[in-house]
Amino acid sequence: MSQASIDVGYAATLARLNLTDEETQLFQTQLQQVLTYADKLREVDVSDIDVAAHAVPMFNVFREDAPLDWFTAEDALSNAPRQANGLFIVPKVVE
Amino acid sequence: MTPRDLPALTITELQQLLRARDVSPSEAVEALHARIAEVDPQIGAYLSLDLDAAVKAADAADINLPLGGVPIAIKDVLNVAGQPCTCASRMLRNYVASYDATVVTRLKQAGAIPFGKTNMDEFAMGSSNENSSIRPVLNPWDRGRVPGGSSGGSAAVVAADEAFGALGTDTGGSVRQPAGFCGIVGLKPSYGRVSRFGLVAFASSLDQVGPLTKTVNDAALLMNAIAGQDAQESTSLPDAVADYTAGLGREIRGMRIGVAREHRAASVDPQVQAAVDRAVALFSSLGAEVVEVSLPHTEYAVAVYYLVATAEASANLARYDGVRYGHRAADAKDLLDHYGRTRAEGFGTEVKRRIILGTYVLSSGYYDAYYLRAQKVRELIRRDFANVFAKVDALLSPTSPVPAYKLGEHATDPLKMYLADVFTVPANLAGICGISLPCGFADSEEGTRLPVGLQLLGNSLDEARLLQLAHAYEQSTEWHTQRPPLARPLEEQRA
Repeated sequence: MSQASIDVGYAATLARLNLTDEETQLFQTQLQQVLTYADKLREVDVSDIDVAAHAVPMFNVFREDAPLDWFTAEDALSNAPRQANGLFIVPKVVE
Repeated sequence: MTPRDLPALTITELQQLLRARDVSPSEAVEALHARIAEVDPQIGAYLSLDLDAAVKAADAADINLPLGGVPIAIKDVLNVAGQPCTCASRMLRNYVASYDATVVTRLKQAGAIPFGKTNMDEFAMGSSNENSSIRPVLNPWDRGRVPGGSSGGSAAVVAADEAFGALGTDTGGSVRQPAGFCGIVGLKPSYGRVSRFGLVAFASSLDQVGPLTKTVNDAALLMNAIAGQDAQESTSLPDAVADYTAGLGREIRGMRIGVAREHRAASVDPQVQAAVDRAVALFSSLGAEVVEVSLPHTEYAVAVYYLVATAEASANLARYDGVRYGHRAADAKDLLDHYGRTRAEGFGTEVKRRIILGTYVLSSGYYDAYYLRAQKVRELIRRDFANVFAKVDALLSPTSPVPAYKLGEHATDPLKMYLADVFTVPANLAGICGISLPCGFADSEEGTRLPVGLQLLGNSLDEARLLQLAHAYEQSTEWHTQRPPLARPLEEQRA
């Protein structure tokens, strides 16, 4: 995997993050160093490990399916960049 | 006891005065505010301070509650209703919290007064508090140097007597390492011990809220208030919360402390190693048995951390899209332009760097080789600790391989900065608890004294035993009574 070098531009597109050319070049170098360093993980025998998606063995933590009256629409709108009529105003996405 | 002397007290000492009615909660807040006004222009640790709200809370305080009337500083990554929550980022520069984080609710229920939001590395990403979009925090012990990070503000305010205690957060060492650099106590609870509800997420399987205090007893008091299961936070553990102060002062004779041979092999500043070696000798003289152990996967921990944490961060920071809150780029041409520019303008360099790396290692074609593999090695790191804790009660190491370094020293080499997290990240990966406490000083070339942090690690949910050991060490030394020269009233400094 270290043979292929990190494609910063590709990752930036996925991350919806506009990078300048300088940033792209800088990150290319720096992150390639990090990934090359991380290549040491390939030495480790992980053949008998089931992947752990959970940091602690807690599964299916449920609560009562009942509405709680603690976070209002007003709260949710309180930091909106633009709002009107109890709605978020957003850039048009559909023509 | 003049108002000038009040801020130098510990939480425990302040409580005694409050309950004896020698001091009122409002007087404590005012005295603290005066100290902050005097000292913080030299440190830069507070991002916001609502004196009116604090005085109001102080006037209504019930001193009979466990933390009644005690002001506590809060890292600006935790929501305090009605207060800014900026995460030291342009992205959230104008964000005002509309609810309290659970830890804040619990502090209030215990009678404490949240007072002041502290500076930090942006979105908790960094080890030096140089990644704040507002200003770096300066180490009170040597203002040419960093206080550590990402809870640099919380550590600095406690060290400089600008706070009686503070909350910070620790994802890869962000409570312990700044505590070490600033000469105070910093505890990372076991994963799941403290609720993350209302904590702005960085890496959801690693983040924990923890106390930064002047003494171990104070850390135990804060833990009593904040620990415990939260119905609104599904990774919080159901296990009962002990009284963390109960075991303090108990004998540690016969307890077993492990030192990992892989830690001995790591390259550590000689003065740091010397201070830690003296601490080992002190533990032995207190009757603890110090034994060598092995953590075979130590050399992989930093690599695992910077793949897992950045991956999780890339997912958690996807919500900053300029739609419902936070910064929004002006005059977007279309949706992609809106997202791309909003995020470019809102995030600082380190945050962008980690989002890019995290996105990449999760992307199709690379997920198996990087993220999945890292999670598997993480399991091996967990097993290393499980094996070791079957043989010892705690592990001991330096908190950081070096004392506080100079501002700007690591600016161009992210990997080098990441490698300095070698002692702290394993605890987050394994979900175990860890504490840093002061164990001495290193002399800088300029002749300033730089605190050295000693780290103890305990098994998951074994905070009580960890605090017991830490307290025994602390009470056998004078390190916790030392304050940076800055903290003395200016008249004294001039004398």
